[in-house]
Amino acid sequence: MRLTGLLLIPVLLVACSRNGGQTVLEFWAMGREGEVVQSLVPEFERRNPAIRVKVQQIPWSAAHEKLLTAYAGEAMPDVFQLGNTWIPEFVVLQAIVNLDDRLPAVQRRDYFEGILETNHIDRELYGLPWYVDTRLLFYRTDILAEAGFSMPPRTWSEWLEAMAAVKALPGGERYALLLPMNEWQAPTILGFQLGAELLRNDARFGNFQSDAFRRAFHFYLDLFRQGYAPAVSEAQIANLYQAFGSGYFAMYVTGPWNIGEFEHRLPKALRDRWATAPMPAPDENYPGLSLAGGASLAISRHSDHKDQAWKLIEFLSEPEQQVAFYRLTGDLPARRSAWQHPDLASETRAQAFKVQLERVVYTPKIPEWERIAGKIAHYAEKAVRGELTEDRALAALDQDVDHILEKRRWLLRKQAR
Amino acid sequence: MTVFSGNRIKALLLHLALVAAALVTLFPLFWMVSVSLMPSAEANRFPPPLLPESPTLEHYRILFSRLSLATYLLNSTLIAALVTALSLLINSLAGYAFAKLRFRGRDRLFRLLLASMVIPAQVAMLPLFLMLKEMGLVNTYGGVIVPGMASIFGIFLIRQYALSIPDSLLDAARIDGAGEFRIYRTLVLPLCKPILVTLAIFTFLGAWNDFMWPLIILTENDLYTLPVALANLLGEHAQDAELMMAGSVLTVLPVILLFFALQKYYIEGLVLGSVKE
Amino acid sequence: MKNAMLPANPAFWFVAPALVLIAVFFFLPAAASLFLSFTDFDIYALGDLERLRFVALENYLRLLRDPLFWTALKNTLYFVLIGGPLSVAVSLGAALLVNHRLVRFKGLFRSLLFLPVVTTLVAIAVVWRYLYHPRHGFLNYLLGQFGLGPVDWLGDPDWAMPAIILMAIWKNFGFNMIIFIAGLQSIPTRLYEAAVIDGANAWRQFRHVTLPMLAPTFVFVTVITMIGYFQLFAEPYVMTQGGPANSTLSVALLMFQEGFRWWNLGYAAAVAFTLFLIVLAGTLLQLRLRRGAI
Repeated sequence: MRLTGLLLIPVLLVACSRNGGQTVLEFWAMGREGEVVQSLVPEFERRNPAIRVKVQQIPWSAAHEKLLTAYAGEAMPDVFQLGNTWIPEFVVLQAIVNLDDRLPAVQRRDYFEGILETNHIDRELYGLPWYVDTRLLFYRTDILAEAGFSMPPRTWSEWLEAMAAVKALPGGERYALLLPMNEWQAPTILGFQLGAELLRNDARFGNFQSDAFRRAFHFYLDLFRQGYAPAVSEAQIANLYQAFGSGYFAMYVTGPWNIGEFEHRLPKALRDRWATAPMPAPDENYPGLSLAGGASLAISRHSDHKDQAWKLIEFLSEPEQQVAFYRLTGDLPARRSAWQHPDLASETRAQAFKVQLERVVYTPKIPEWERIAGKIAHYAEKAVRGELTEDRALAALDQDVDHILEKRRWLLRKQAR
Repeated sequence: MTVFSGNRIKALLLHLALVAAALVTLFPLFWMVSVSLMPSAEANRFPPPLLPESPTLEHYRILFSRLSLATYLLNSTLIAALVTALSLLINSLAGYAFAKLRFRGRDRLFRLLLASMVIPAQVAMLPLFLMLKEMGLVNTYGGVIVPGMASIFGIFLIRQYALSIPDSLLDAARIDGAGEFRIYRTLVLPLCKPILVTLAIFTFLGAWNDFMWPLIILTENDLYTLPVALANLLGEHAQDAELMMAGSVLTVLPVILLFFALQKYYIEGLVLGSVKE
Repeated sequence: MKNAMLPANPAFWFVAPALVLIAVFFFLPAAASLFLSFTDFDIYALGDLERLRFVALENYLRLLRDPLFWTALKNTLYFVLIGGPLSVAVSLGAALLVNHRLVRFKGLFRSLLFLPVVTTLVAIAVVWRYLYHPRHGFLNYLLGQFGLGPVDWLGDPDWAMPAIILMAIWKNFGFNMIIFIAGLQSIPTRLYEAAVIDGANAWRQFRHVTLPMLAPTFVFVTVITMIGYFQLFAEPYVMTQGGPANSTLSVALLMFQEGFRWWNLGYAAAVAFTLFLIVLAGTLLQLRLRRGAI
């Protein structure tokens, strides 16, 4: 008995560190965002003297496990950031609350539709987009011009022509496009562009052998077979920025964080020789689709301060704060009105993302998605390496995905009963 | 004469080899301290500088002021000290009993304990987490401490040492009418002092350096131990080599000091622990 | 019999606290782990235990089909089978050196070489991350002096595991060194004297006296090292997160990721239990081999 008492002392010490009269709001944010958001907090606390925000910063690499462990240990923060593909998991756990009644309709329309949609599970809103993320084309303007293209490609056929022309340019080993073969995003985007449904029967089964996905996958593999893209994973490129700078590859499908990285790391001489452009489309319907990514803010079900937590979310969602956040991190604002701000309007490289963000789709909103995405990457790599034929890879992918979804099928059957 | 000078050359070579080995061994530690005293980004030059041009304590200041390192230092100290104190008591009781007291199945039980040292700790971790969750110990100091309170190795170590206590001494005390606990307290504990010190160092270092379990069981920053906090810091400040080095110095320094202060016990205990049954 | 409920033997009260703690916090969860590995405990079950099913050996079958598990196993074996013997060899070399009869300041050298053992692994992994830095790391600078490299130690899938092994040897060799020194010191000097009279040179003395006499120490050291090395976790967690291209993903790290990142506890328990079986098999094999050899 004495023993447990002794053990409890430090626990109590921690539990009692509440500030008298003020509400302490626990807020978890990831990576650089977690660091930077602390500079926005003082203004919020000034406007809301009764609330104190305690920001805990979690590295991205440990974020998922920290959040789930905190849920399991009933130590969730009041409000937290989460990747928008994680929302389904936290809804399954009933760890986060519905925000529908809190978000005014006017504001709702200000969000990019595809992005906001990722926060809806069964038509109910569980998170509010904080910043957005999608993938598009980064390219070397000078190399494309040299190959005879003054504009970025708008269709797949233009894209192929441009790649052939770049590949034909003289001078050493070079490639037209970098698609790290261990990423699931590229084949998935191409599949969406051709209208593929990745899963069928209310996400009960994999649907990667569908005609649409098959054609997309074929197109993807052809990029390697034609020698347009090098068969490498990201880890194998010792220095990505050096490789882009030296013209080892001329185009790269990647996300907004690389705007800052490229500006930082490319030699000064190259500063004006690269640009961004929305994804080419398989038909005339430019721009082609891309993925709805980003991070959202959510409120924990067990929070005792849900109203105050919502105040913080509202504050961070104000266009001014979103612009300030963009200036600090380079993260793109989730609200269209923030993009009117001169800071963003003048950024042509960012503006390509604005265009793209109007044309995004979301990946299946089920807790199993991360694992399925891992499988896509795995089999895409196998096919690129030639270890499996196209057909075999897709059949194996469907089989694995069916396995992953077995529990979901069981649950749906159980629910139906 | 030739044998003598041959020996001298040999001795010289041996010592040279040893000095070289010691330098290689100590280099990473030396470099850690040196870089931690450099101003930001100085270590990113090429060739890498060995010594700071103008030593500064700025990173240590940042660690204590902005990154609340004092909290982690306190957490680590408190957890390691509590684990050490509790496990010393519990393991010495059991170790002594396995050596000197008679009870049914004693030796079989002891062999079973020894054999189970093959089980990797990871096997127990997943259900242990669920158990501690039910007990409300997730994200508390208790969650880190409780599973470490008794250790098979600790019992083994004490038992090996206690075996050497002469039975006649214990019997004499019993004839004088002393109870078993009294004998333990007044006779056994003082006799076992060297091994208790050894076990204390082992346990303290083990708890201080432990990573996987605190990483799992602690979710809140305020409760992090130094290694967990350091790994967390690395996620955000990987590019600040000098700052990370300062954090490493602060994590490693206490255990190095402890080791140098008590190394005799440490190394003797290690040898005793490795003596086969 | 004073009280039938309470054991009369005071020994009970001496061992009970330790045994209860070990039973509750080690044996019970270890056994529960076996049970867990026969269920599909996952994120659904975490939210609601109604959604837990008994799946018998399904997790183990999935494990055998999972390329990630085989990668992790391969990497772990690489670490154990290459890193383990190397580490033991370095320890033995250091022990022979320190323990040589001509060496002075034995205690000092022993302590200095031992120092890395007591340091905190996470902090050391952080330090080595920078030593391994491809551009301004010290190791590549040194290699450069000899006209070699640069090597992208932690970024190149072929080099990441060797880099981790190198660091692990540096960190651990002192431990086994001490045990070897103790073993060496327990060899009676008369054996060497007899060998000298028989005209044995240094190598033959080592081969025919030192090695056989050290055999029990060898068994202990290799078993302990192997059990420890199979549990590789913190090094890849801190230095590479299992990358690049999963080249440093260990079985323990896989268990951690499946268990605590994705919360597939059932599957993770199967991983953990498989790890245990492998360690057990390895230990038994080694004990048997040594017994046969002596």
